[in-house]
Amino acid sequence: MKAPEEIYAILKERFGEEKIEFKEDGKVVPWIIVTPDAIRDVTKFLRDDDDLDFDYLMCLSGVHYQKENTLGVTYHINSTRKKHSLTLKCIVPEDNPHVPSIESVWKTANWHEREAYDMVGIMFDGHPDLRRILCPDDWDGYPLRKDYKVQEYYRGMKVPY
Amino acid sequence: MGLLDKKFEDSNIIITSLDKAFNWARLSSIWYMQFGLACCAIEMMATAASHYDFDRFGIIPRSSPRQADVMIVAGTVTIKMGPRIKRLYEQMSEPRYVISMGSCATCGGPYWEHGYHVLKGVDRVIPVDVYVPGCPPRPEALLEGFLKLHEKIRSESLAKKKTA
Repeated sequence: MKAPEEIYAILKERFGEEKIEFKEDGKVVPWIIVTPDAIRDVTKFLRDDDDLDFDYLMCLSGVHYQKENTLGVTYHINSTRKKHSLTLKCIVPEDNPHVPSIESVWKTANWHEREAYDMVGIMFDGHPDLRRILCPDDWDGYPLRKDYKVQEYYRGMKVPY
Repeated sequence: MGLLDKKFEDSNIIITSLDKAFNWARLSSIWYMQFGLACCAIEMMATAASHYDFDRFGIIPRSSPRQADVMIVAGTVTIKMGPRIKRLYEQMSEPRYVISMGSCATCGGPYWEHGYHVLKGVDRVIPVDVYVPGCPPRPEALLEGFLKLHEKIRSESLAKKKTA
């Protein structure tokens, strides 16, 4: 079992300080910010390393940070054998929201990434089947963005009350 | 009065109007389409189960829209579901009726303001005969809705067109 600080030290040694950043505000669990270009290598290392052994992607969420004009992906991962957890975040600009898919690392990410794409509009590069999962295929916009305005009509049906 | 002068006792004849006979037959065997959309469907199942027993009114589920008389829209109609509901309604043969069960199917319910994904009333896609209020309505309320539908069917006439 390892604390997030120890895992961060291991990651920093391997990937360098410019790719990852440790954050802590005392209110929630500490998290590690990973740059989008490193996310796939970092997650693969976290999964395959014998001491870390993260075998379980608990949740993958899309977030819209409206004040910063950014979108984020939050990964909650867990090791069922080593019994430790970690939170990773990946922040991308709103006008170019491309994050590499980690579907090749944990298969759970397949539907979670489709949901994050459907709800906040993050493009997951390398995803095998990036379609909307909840809304209809021909829906306009991303409903969980803070500045979302619902469309007036969908296939002839009035949408607002 | 020539007919009535003849003997009737051993022939079991009832005299009524064609409308009344048809309406009686229709309202006594309302088969509803077997599908549910949300928590209202649980209450619909409770109405069908032994305690409330739909079947005593001749109301039984039918799995094919082509052999169903009434569609109970039991639950939240999402916008994705809207065109499918319409398709199912169009597959039903006439005379066909629709009961909108619960707040969601009637007007969007708790999703009326922020529910971008919910159709604010199933009457935006298909005509509704009876609205049953409640969230979800109790089985008694759904039965009351069926009794209202009985009244509606009873007042129909083959000569006059059905008013939606």
